[in-house]
Amino acid sequence: MSGTNSAISPTSTPEKREITTKPRFSDKVFRGVATVGGLSSLVILGLILIFLGYQGFQVLRSEGFGFITGSNWQVMQDNAGNTDLAASSFGIAAMLVGTLLCAALAVSIAVPISVLCALYLTFYAPQFLKKIMVAIIDLMAAFPSILFGMWGFFVLMPHVEYWAKLIHKYFGWIPLFKMEVPVFTRSPFVAGVVLAIMIIPIITSVSREIFSQTPLDRVQAAYALGATRWSMIRAVVIPYGKSGVVGGAMLGLGRAMGETVAVYTVLNLVYQINWHVLIGAGGNVASMILLKFGEAGPTETRALMAAGLVLFLLTLLVNSIANTIVSRTGGKGR
Amino acid sequence: METKPITSSLSDVANATKARKQPGSGALGVGLEARGIHAWFGDKLVLRDISLDFWYGTVTALIGPSGCGKSTFIRTLNRMHEFIPGAAMAGEVLLNGQDIYEQGTDVTKIRLKVGMVFQKPNPFPSMTIADNVLAGLKLAQLKTENKDDLLEECLERAGLWNEVKDRLSAYGGSLSGGQQQRLCIARSLAVRPEVLLMDEPCSALDPGSTLRIEETIQHLSSSMTIIIVTHNMQQAARVSDYTGFFLSDGGPGELVEVGPTSEIFSWPKDIRTENYVTGRFG
Repeated sequence: MSGTNSAISPTSTPEKREITTKPRFSDKVFRGVATVGGLSSLVILGLILIFLGYQGFQVLRSEGFGFITGSNWQVMQDNAGNTDLAASSFGIAAMLVGTLLCAALAVSIAVPISVLCALYLTFYAPQFLKKIMVAIIDLMAAFPSILFGMWGFFVLMPHVEYWAKLIHKYFGWIPLFKMEVPVFTRSPFVAGVVLAIMIIPIITSVSREIFSQTPLDRVQAAYALGATRWSMIRAVVIPYGKSGVVGGAMLGLGRAMGETVAVYTVLNLVYQINWHVLIGAGGNVASMILLKFGEAGPTETRALMAAGLVLFLLTLLVNSIANTIVSRTGGKGR
Repeated sequence: METKPITSSLSDVANATKARKQPGSGALGVGLEARGIHAWFGDKLVLRDISLDFWYGTVTALIGPSGCGKSTFIRTLNRMHEFIPGAAMAGEVLLNGQDIYEQGTDVTKIRLKVGMVFQKPNPFPSMTIADNVLAGLKLAQLKTENKDDLLEECLERAGLWNEVKDRLSAYGGSLSGGQQQRLCIARSLAVRPEVLLMDEPCSALDPGSTLRIEETIQHLSSSMTIIIVTHNMQQAARVSDYTGFFLSDGGPGELVEVGPTSEIFSWPKDIRTENYVTGRFG
């Protein structure tokens, strides 16, 4: 066998062939168009990131880590009336904490309500009601956020104040609900409730979509085994839809973290880290930018850009953590 | 084909009744009886006046061309028919003399007694093999003394135990198609149904798996009532004691003929049955 053609040797395997195809012209054109469309969002996002980084660089370099750990926002001017960057201090820690606090509160209020709403619409609601409700919920998702803010300010706030007092009375021993000063209005709690109402439609919509795609054969298999509707939902629909619900919650979280006007309307901006959700002090990066933007000089504007960059990166970070969680836990059951 | 010897006392009663009973002439009292079943999808009548009795301890095959309403018919027998929007039915289905469509009936209890195996194997992919078999207990909120014994017994009866006993904690989706279908049979058995409906259980499977499932059916038939819809006439001849032939001439499906399988395949009374079983159409 030695020295002969290796192709017929029983111990050797042939080289792997390269498998190619020659696409047609129309396919090439379409691929080009699709690629442009697909990459454009990435390019736009990249440009925004570069813009914010470029604008905020000076402030970030001067403040260092203090920008995200400090809570002082002071603009100092020198004798000529120009902003003195070295003497000023910019720190957004309180706003970052406020952003996370309000958004987390909003998601934890909105997710249970949305999931129940989606389950009701998919499995219990009569046809006519379902159509009406789906239309209303979709409309809510497109509702201007300033209206939510105004409604929150005029209608919700007095009520939430009452709830907040109740929570404080019975759950005040939990550090999160502790109060040192009895100021209940314009608290992160109110902002969280308003944000929750804003993101319920998004999470409901995504959850409903995924629940309604539950494979019929699994649903039937469960019913054929004598399942009640609730036990069928628990055994089939929830495992199937879990990752979709988390995805919807992430969309909602993204919106809650970036929300500006509604939070601005119902929240007291205070430059001090506050974990106590019931106290009327807090903030949110986006609404701080809105508050300061109108009267900011060139340097302060740069600082606001830097704040925007941090918010951008924070949102990105939270989303990628969530995606990791989804892909770790959501794989089974599909 | 010989009718197999039946030893169960319950089926002796059934056997005795069988001889003098004409379908639709009165309550049998045991087993499953369909009386004048009509079925609609929306305004379209798809089944007309089907009356059929299924005796305990026997296998009944339902044959007929596609679209003649066989599947619709067996789905009326465990109330799966009503899941389809716009579906309606008329007639009675008596399980041990009780109408399963009677007002105030708990439908989940009916489906525990009348189990179903579907055309496409449909194990729950989020559950392990063991959890799949025992899923019915959880779904129907039943209690059992010894889960391990039940698990082994059901997998044994479904002819799957030897193949999976070492990997009960693997996911159901990791099995082959034929194994998945036997897993689904085991899952149906775990809630101890009296009747098992099988809607073309082998149509998505290879011949080897088909053979295993036919053996399983033979094995199970002594202790329960089995109704199997099949397009495979050899299969009907191999596994069933009775055969019903359904046909639709474009309108609603009707039951043309029913009788012992050997008669249907050797001396059918109706010319349409003869044409179908000899392969002249369908």
